Amino acid sequence: MDTTAILNQLPYTKPFLFVDSLTKISDNGVLGTYTFNENADFYKGHFKDNPVTPGVILSETMAQIGVVCLGIYLLDKDINSGVSIALTSSSIEFLKAVYPNEKVTVSSEKIYFRFGKLKCKVSMRNEAGIEVCKGEIAGMIIQNKNKDE
Amino acid sequence: MDRITIIENLKNIITPFVGDKEALDNLTEQTDFIKDLNINSANLVDIILDVEDFFDIQIDNESMEKMLNIEATIAIVEEKLASK
Repeated sequence: MDTTAILNQLPYTKPFLFVDSLTKISDNGVLGTYTFNENADFYKGHFKDNPVTPGVILSETMAQIGVVCLGIYLLDKDINSGVSIALTSSSIEFLKAVYPNEKVTVSSEKIYFRFGKLKCKVSMRNEAGIEVCKGEIAGMIIQNKNKDE
Repeated sequence: MDRITIIENLKNIITPFVGDKEALDNLTEQTDFIKDLNINSANLVDIILDVEDFFDIQIDNESMEKMLNIEATIAIVEEKLASK
């Protein structure tokens, strides 16, 4: 599956899509980028007159690129209506602030993909190449049996 | 490895994933991971991976689907240990 096909399979849309492009993907990992739009709604409130990208958004960006995109590639099939995905755990350290208009690169390394659960070691770097956050994220694929039967 | 030893080791493996210590103290062979111990499917995967590492066995999808309570898990562990 090529990277365009993976992006088309993502179950997100604006304003909650945090993947711009995938530069590398394999069975063992993925590399992708996202640029935070300065007009995003959350900057109006986080913080008052001092926009900084919220940690939950950084986590979400890491999860969408590092776990969901890789998961779609590993599944190598349509994420159709019979399949749901869920975030199951995340443990992230936030090392540096990320400001509006910053472009970040997320790299993810598969720890395991067993019994429908994908766990990855994920890292995010800014344009200067400095690591801004890192940690481990896991998600699961859930078959919605009653839908397809 | 006898049955009692397997149960003791299973108990050690699942302990970090169980919030309800009382349910753990009352563990029997009929204890269901999801219903009795409130373990979710994501943690169940981690338990199965820890079972594989501890007993040095390989668990396939078919066996995994059966491992819903202590009794069924012991049966799978015994079967895999016997076929090593």
